[in-house]
Amino acid sequence: MNFEQWAEGSSILHGASPHIKLIGALCFCFAVASCQHMQPVLAGLVLACVGLLLAQIPLGSLYKRLFLVNIFTLVCWLTLPVTVPGTAITHLGFLSISREGIDMALLITVKTNTLVLMFITLIATSSVADLGHGLQRLKVPPKLCLLLLFSYRYIFVIHAEYKRLKRAALFRSFKPTTSSHTYRTYGNLLGMTLVKGWQRARRVQQAMLLRGFSGEFISLHSRDVRPADWLILAGALCSTFIVLVLEYSGGAL
Amino acid sequence: MHLSEGIVSMPVLLAGGALTVAGTIVGLKKIDEDHLMTTAMLSATFFVASLVHVPIGPGSVHLLLNGLMALILGWACIPAILVALILQAVFFQYGGLTVLGVNVVIIGGGGLLGSCCFRPLLRRPKWRKAAGFGAGFLSVACAALLLCATLVTTHQDFIGTARVVFVAHLPVMVVEGVMTMFIVSFLAKVQPEILGLTHD
Repeated sequence: MNFEQWAEGSSILHGASPHIKLIGALCFCFAVASCQHMQPVLAGLVLACVGLLLAQIPLGSLYKRLFLVNIFTLVCWLTLPVTVPGTAITHLGFLSISREGIDMALLITVKTNTLVLMFITLIATSSVADLGHGLQRLKVPPKLCLLLLFSYRYIFVIHAEYKRLKRAALFRSFKPTTSSHTYRTYGNLLGMTLVKGWQRARRVQQAMLLRGFSGEFISLHSRDVRPADWLILAGALCSTFIVLVLEYSGGAL
Repeated sequence: MHLSEGIVSMPVLLAGGALTVAGTIVGLKKIDEDHLMTTAMLSATFFVASLVHVPIGPGSVHLLLNGLMALILGWACIPAILVALILQAVFFQYGGLTVLGVNVVIIGGGGLLGSCCFRPLLRRPKWRKAAGFGAGFLSVACAALLLCATLVTTHQDFIGTARVVFVAHLPVMVVEGVMTMFIVSFLAKVQPEILGLTHD
């Protein structure tokens, strides 16, 4: 299963240092998250789309992700217009639809999508292995970075193991329904996956000790910061600045 | 259970971030070199568990297992959940950069709150199943409450949405309770060391 569909590529963003992209993404995302007005968020959306084009991400691959992300915004659209008090624009039976509610749901929708698109542009264009090393360069505690790198390394192994157990159950005519038997079977499957993972962890731990693991992972891709990285950082910071200026001018520009 | 980006207000985001940093520091202190690999492997297993869809009525829910994680790892579940959530954000864009802290507080904090009183009960074979169910059920309930609290502190008008979200999580609580119960009793039989127990 390929979880990282956008991590491979040859664009300027794929080639950039992960820690530079992390800094840029943090600044931009927190700026957009702090916005209360529509204008700066829309500007952010345009900038995020520019980023997507720079990263040469095929737009067709985005629909599924955006659909899942927007499930909660759908809940907002269903509840907020009815529950937020304000000027009613129309009535549906005994429910009144308020303008304030619709504005709020709209702002949330645009914000959510802007943040997700920028996240894909800057973060999902690196593999988790590179992000782990990027975090190390940003002085995140080494234990946390190791935790991330090891989990990432073994997710695929454990997922394959779980699928193997599940297949074995299906071969034995297991049909998932809403029943105690189903839950017990799933419980045993997951319990077995946990046991196998735990035992594997101990073996790997011993093997690494034997090979003199010193608590540090060395990346094959690590390199110095290049001029292109500074360009990306400058772009991200300019975008942040534009969003903040628009926000604090009260969305009146 | 995850909040997506763009919903929570800035003060709540910052509070969640600060709590997560504090919890992560405490959690990392509890993980020594020997347990780093085990914690990472458990983190990966819980990520995989979140891909498992369990049928319930006509639909299905995906598992959270934050209660089980807190039962096994204690405070160390905070960094483990942080890692699992970073991976989910990068792979599937569930959650994101700014809400990462809030999501860790909801899921990890909910797990810790919900399972703390059930941990000692695991040592008693007669109470083990009840402890498993209680931890699973209560952890999701606490997480759902924290989620609603996040929404309501973000904006008063979210109260209606928060109610809908809480009610939608009621069946998830039951499923999580039942699943945690079965997994705990399986682990107690097969590899009790994972739960910090010895063979009966």
